Amino acid sequence: MTEFRILRYDPDKDSEPHFQTYTFDSPKGMTVLEGLIYLFENVDPTLAFRSMCRAAVCGSCAMHINGLYNLACRTQIDKYGGKIILRPLAHLPIVKDLVVDLEPFFDQYKKVMPYLIPKQEAPQKEYLQSEKERKKLDPWVDCILCAACYGSCPVEATDPEYLGPASLMKALRFIEDSRDGKSKERLAFVASDFGVFRCHTIFNCQKVCPKTLDPTKAIAKLKMKALFG
Amino acid sequence: MLFHDVLVIGGGMAGLRAAIAAAEKKVDVGIVTRLYPPRSHSGQAQGGINAALANNPKAHDDTPEKHGFDTIKGSDYLADQECSIFLTEQAPEAIFEIEHWGCPFSRNEQGKIAQRPFGGAGYPRTCYGTDKTGHYILQTFFEQTIKHNVKTYNEWIVIGLAKDVDTCCGVIAVNMHSGQLEAIGANAVIFATGGSARMYGNTTNGLTSTAFGVAMPYWAGVPLKDMEFVQFHPTSLYPSNILMTEGCRGEGGILTNNTGERFMQKYAPKAMELGPRDIVARAIMTEILEGRGFEDSYVHLDLTHLGRAKIMERLPGIRDITLDFIGLDPIEKPIPIQPGTHYCMGGIDVNVDGASPLAGFYAAGECSCVSVHGANRLGGNSLLDTVVFGKRAGTVAADFVKDKPKQARTNALDRALKGQQEMLDRMQKASGKENPYKINAELNKLMPLKAGLFRDEKGMTEGLQQIKALKERLGKMRPIASGGKFNFDRIWALEIKGNLDVAEALMAGGLARKESRGSHYRRDFDKRDDKNFLKHTLATYTPEGPQLSYRDVQITKYQPQERKY
Repeated sequence: MTEFRILRYDPDKDSEPHFQTYTFDSPKGMTVLEGLIYLFENVDPTLAFRSMCRAAVCGSCAMHINGLYNLACRTQIDKYGGKIILRPLAHLPIVKDLVVDLEPFFDQYKKVMPYLIPKQEAPQKEYLQSEKERKKLDPWVDCILCAACYGSCPVEATDPEYLGPASLMKALRFIEDSRDGKSKERLAFVASDFGVFRCHTIFNCQKVCPKTLDPTKAIAKLKMKALFG
Repeated sequence: MLFHDVLVIGGGMAGLRAAIAAAEKKVDVGIVTRLYPPRSHSGQAQGGINAALANNPKAHDDTPEKHGFDTIKGSDYLADQECSIFLTEQAPEAIFEIEHWGCPFSRNEQGKIAQRPFGGAGYPRTCYGTDKTGHYILQTFFEQTIKHNVKTYNEWIVIGLAKDVDTCCGVIAVNMHSGQLEAIGANAVIFATGGSARMYGNTTNGLTSTAFGVAMPYWAGVPLKDMEFVQFHPTSLYPSNILMTEGCRGEGGILTNNTGERFMQKYAPKAMELGPRDIVARAIMTEILEGRGFEDSYVHLDLTHLGRAKIMERLPGIRDITLDFIGLDPIEKPIPIQPGTHYCMGGIDVNVDGASPLAGFYAAGECSCVSVHGANRLGGNSLLDTVVFGKRAGTVAADFVKDKPKQARTNALDRALKGQQEMLDRMQKASGKENPYKINAELNKLMPLKAGLFRDEKGMTEGLQQIKALKERLGKMRPIASGGKFNFDRIWALEIKGNLDVAEALMAGGLARKESRGSHYRRDFDKRDDKNFLKHTLATYTPEGPQLSYRDVQITKYQPQERKY
């Protein structure tokens, strides 16, 4: 029998969060997300969790699974011997059960001017960018904004103003883009009070990123650029 | 009461592009999305987006006109030709715009946007960003909406239209964060709710791609066009049906059966693996049905000969998926694949401006049917559809609202709100026993069997009866879960109702179309019949079931000929 222990919380009814345990038979190869969907459809339609692509590319189902932040859709139940413990992402208010309020996460994202500010006027066709210049973006552009890094970051626990790993990596993505003309302003911003120097280099974000990106490295790069140009 | 001049429903590529276009025209625009925009299904698009840029040396003489012809031929001549031509003529500018906004397209040696070959195309004209093109463009559009400071209602789920006499004047939505039902007024509403492939169980689509998005206007009297045309993507991962991009074959991947035979030589000797999707998907299914598959379920998509470097550079996301989901490294072993339900060519009946017959109501992207894809869409043309017609709908809607009073039609909206509230209350007080998810699971199972790659009169007649029976059972549903915040149960109950009604329209349209054309292949009528069926199917909702009517296809430049690849 598979066992799911799920942190439940309905702020309209419950005084505090509590665990609820469900047991069911899971076929081989079932993912944690499929387990949640099974429970929702057949056992308890009041369960709240986010999901969309079920293919580890949309970032909706990031949660705390047996001690690590990950996507429920890319985690096999068998990985943990059929005993699964689920909590919502940390450092964000719980709206219901495994659903947290993501607004603080996206508010930080919006602060880093997350859009290209071109250095030249647009040409008739595309901006030319060499394969080498484009390659510099590879490590940073695959972020799916799942907020697993945000949940795992100990700085966010005490300092909600901290921009956080995903937003800082986004800033680097534009600083590294040969088409962008605002590196200086971007660097000044990420080096300000709530930026890169709040990072204690704990490597949690690197460890949990379900797309195996390295926000820790992105932040280290930004620190170097801010300090030494 | 909440009000926006233009209200866009859906935060995927079509919706965001429409919103950006309206914002650029300085009208007040809002986006309502059931997710957060960057989580929309568009982000799952992998292989690329077509435009005749002629960047690839092998495509130096490519033109939008040739792209137009390929699209029309691919459609099996069901596309409205001037619409397809508009699509392909707008394509280069649309791509350059996205690039100017910072989209990280892959590059060729000249530093231009890289282009790869795709199925059914005469030239390598599919622009790509590795195998994550949808993700990159969607992120870019999301960034632009932040730049334009567009108001976005995240995780608000629209459950119905509001009409004032015969004009659409807004929507009714559930704010999932509060659980409250809200009315939002608008002078123009643009639906960009995506595809409906979740009517089928074996689908590449994400969980939110149900038919609910097209069901809402259908219920409100807007016809659905050509719903019987459903694309089955040749290569989806076995058994989860996660998409394995056409780019795999574009980069040189081959298909083999259980004898190791490269079987496409029997079906499309010239184009081989890069035949159009309908032909490749049927070929794969034929191999499986005739006993030349593995475990009677799949064939192999072999990338091993491409080598590590090329796979890591061009198809890294494919490798991530196969590693994550079946523990297989495509550098070392062939990928087990089978066709998966992928795309709805049909949808909300709109014209080349995205305008539907209902005043003030527009649609763009997969939920709509212009029609540019006809009976079979070419790979790389769906993202193009979202950006060209998203922009078009946003621009036209912005012009439409220019001289309208900037205020909500509160009476009509209140009436609609009350109607929806009463419906939810009834669902809460239901006294039946039926589990809606079991009903949906049965629909998911029957659709690929009765309205799948191979169809016939007997199967679709049975399918139609089964759907009617499922609709009756849904009428005896258990009460929906109580509670307001993130109560997904009440949303899903509505989505399942949408799935059933639209599946019925699809099945009825397929049954009446006694020919084979593009994705619609009938064993009992295996030839195209231009004399009787060179026309669009229109399904209009009635409580008794869909009412079918027909409209001629616009043939202006290319007379229909036999499709050979």
